[in-house]
Amino acid sequence: MELTNSILLAVILINFFTLGSARLGACVRIVAVQGALLALLPIMVHGVTLHSTLLAAGAFCFKGVIIPWMLLRAIQRVRIRREMEPIVGFVPTLILGTLTTAGTFLFADFLPLISAHHEGLYVPTALATIFSGFLLLITRRKAITLVLGYLILENGIFIFGVLLSEALPLMVETGVLLDLLVGVFVMGIVMDQISREFSTLNTERLSALKE
Amino acid sequence: MTLLGGGLLLIMLAGVPGLFCRSDEHGGERFAALLTLVGAVCIGAAIVSATRGSGELSHTFAWSVPGASLAFYLDPLAICFLLPLLIIVATGAIYGLRYWPHREHPANGRKLRLFYGLISGAMILLLLARNGVLFLMAWEVMAISGYFLITTEDHQAEVRRAGFIYLIATHTGTLALFALFVLLGPSTGSLDFPAAGTLAATGSSLIFLLGLFGFGMKAGLMPLHIWLPGAHAAAPSHASALLSGVMIKTGIYGLVRLTSLFAEIPAWWGWTVLLLGAVSGIMGVALALAQHDIKRLLAYHSVENIGIIALGLGIALLGRSYDQPALIVLGLSGCLLHVVNHGLFKALLFLSAGSVIHAVGSRQIDHYGGLLKLQPWTGAMFLGGAVAICGLPPLNGFVSEWLIYLGSFQALKQPGSALAAAVLAAPVLALIGGLALACFVKVFGIAFLGEPRTTAAAQAHEAPVAMLAPMVTLLVACTWIGLLPTTLHTLLQKAVGTWAGTVVAGVATGSVAPLRWISLSAWLLLLLVVVLFAVVRWRSRTAPRELGTWGCGYRFPAVRMQYTASSFADFLIRLFAFGLNSEEHGRQVAGLFPLRQTFSSHTPDAVLDRILVPAFRAGSWLCRRLRAWFHNGSIARYLLYVIVTVIVLLTLFTP
Repeated sequence: MELTNSILLAVILINFFTLGSARLGACVRIVAVQGALLALLPIMVHGVTLHSTLLAAGAFCFKGVIIPWMLLRAIQRVRIRREMEPIVGFVPTLILGTLTTAGTFLFADFLPLISAHHEGLYVPTALATIFSGFLLLITRRKAITLVLGYLILENGIFIFGVLLSEALPLMVETGVLLDLLVGVFVMGIVMDQISREFSTLNTERLSALKE
Repeated sequence: MTLLGGGLLLIMLAGVPGLFCRSDEHGGERFAALLTLVGAVCIGAAIVSATRGSGELSHTFAWSVPGASLAFYLDPLAICFLLPLLIIVATGAIYGLRYWPHREHPANGRKLRLFYGLISGAMILLLLARNGVLFLMAWEVMAISGYFLITTEDHQAEVRRAGFIYLIATHTGTLALFALFVLLGPSTGSLDFPAAGTLAATGSSLIFLLGLFGFGMKAGLMPLHIWLPGAHAAAPSHASALLSGVMIKTGIYGLVRLTSLFAEIPAWWGWTVLLLGAVSGIMGVALALAQHDIKRLLAYHSVENIGIIALGLGIALLGRSYDQPALIVLGLSGCLLHVVNHGLFKALLFLSAGSVIHAVGSRQIDHYGGLLKLQPWTGAMFLGGAVAICGLPPLNGFVSEWLIYLGSFQALKQPGSALAAAVLAAPVLALIGGLALACFVKVFGIAFLGEPRTTAAAQAHEAPVAMLAPMVTLLVACTWIGLLPTTLHTLLQKAVGTWAGTVVAGVATGSVAPLRWISLSAWLLLLLVVVLFAVVRWRSRTAPRELGTWGCGYRFPAVRMQYTASSFADFLIRLFAFGLNSEEHGRQVAGLFPLRQTFSSHTPDAVLDRILVPAFRAGSWLCRRLRAWFHNGSIARYLLYVIVTVIVLLTLFTP
């Protein structure tokens, strides 16, 4: 229990890091670390079974290795190092992130959960991670940061999924990971197209495409 | 029933064979007219055989649609609406042979005939239907066919606009009717109409208001008349005659049928209908005075006459609230008789206006002039219709308006009661009649008297027999009702009995309304007119004929010195400036030798152009601004919407 809680606290700290950091490479790496940490959760919660081991291995591969590696490659290809001009500044984002995290801790108490889930940090962490991902999506301009935001969002959903992985079949989990993979592919193509068409990765230019 | 159903199908599908004919030839137009005639005769025979028997005809067939059944029921109330319908449909079909021949209109001739048949059949079905689903189906077929009739000449932008406004208006009304029938359903258990006089009035205010909105929209009661002027002006004349003469009456039919279902009527229903009728009548005729387009003018007269019909209905409703059988009999007889009369004389007016338009090629009254010499028959027909619509004896408009006058005076027999206020309907009716007279003096004077204002008017020709014969038929029907109103007495009495139940059993129309005296004085008046006319003709046989009509003492009178449509009505329009807001373009002349000046006036619709169009424009501007703000292409903003939605949902659905 102690270990689980410290992992979840680490996840929250990583959320804050991504919200406050401008360096894309560091952000990708730290999100990879977050994915790897989360991969430990199924084993922590359900013990060492075939199901939980498979889940952990899959999560580690996708969240910890493959997707970060693809993102790092993308960064090298389009030669971007920093998120230069976010829509909302880094400090305000960080403050907002803190507020939403505190909010989720308060909010989780009101949720009609079973008693086993009321203790521990699972639900508030999951919500905080989801909202951090959203915050990243809203406040950043670069397509790569947006992909990171999606990743963090998926991590939040994964924490929820861990709680339910016994109630829900493996297929759902796989579905989540596949969703993510498809998302990354789509974003990769989009990024490629954006940088080819507009010579930049700022999604702001996309508004020129609206009707 | 075989006759009725067969006739219905014949009329409804009259235009279908034409679809298989070549578009550049006659297009099966004669066959379509023949089918329509045969169908009308069949239904007429069915009505006659029904009235010979019990006076009612009822058949119900099962239908697989939930809540629906094919319930047909023919009662005197429906017959009052069916009779003018049959005459107008048949005369219009013949008139269309020469007015809209397929050879001259290969692009839309077949479409016009198809939808002319469909709308006629749908209206007959609607009058027979006794089930909510069947009624609404017929209503929708009628509404959609009406749209296609209006947009016959859909290559003109103005026609498309009129059709679009009509489509919006009719569907808004239908929406209210759907709600109405759904609300009516639970109290009866099925969507079949309940028997007359069985529903409790408590809690039915919403039903009444929905009915007033939905049916009033179709009838063209004043604030809801927005679609009517444009639509009647845009359709071909015999289609306008059908729309104005019959289709808008289905709204009145709906109101009459709906109110017949209730056991008692709250007093405010009657007052509301009475007030709406007064507003429609006065503003309708005032707007008509200000028009220069002959068909728009006639369309506003439809609004006016719907107002008169609503006055009659309002008086009848008040009679039921205050338990006054005499009021019910007079009000409803006047209402129903005016439905018949307005159908006949308005169709006559539209057909004769169509004959003028056909000859001159314009709808502007100011392009006519002196047509009486070139089109004596058309002119006589138009004069007949004008006398009828102004409510002058000896034609039919007088009889029905006289009944409504009598009804409003009956209200005075209850001193001290609030009902006495209903007597105000009489001066309103008098005002409407006077203004209508002024309006038709204007139209007849400008269009048929004086000298031709354009070369087209100078080269006008008389309408062919196929166009004149339907008009003569309608005029004969108008004169018949005017001279022999007693022939309709039985039918009206039965219809009032159907509507009001046993309350009016002891009161005969004849005992409260001196129909015989009306008939007698009408004959005398006709005789007087004929004698006077003969005397004048005889005494003027030696008078010189080469003088211009509008001499006015000028040495060299020119055609342009004649009164125009706007100058003739100017005085009266100024009196109604508060509701009309006419726009005037051009200046007054100044100095001794003024330069050339132009002047024109234009009166937009009081509701559509002054209120609805600006309101909708502001609404659409607001929505565009909102959309530009919401839908601004920023991905971050879209994601913010997602998260706000998630948060709202979470907070809403967390106990």
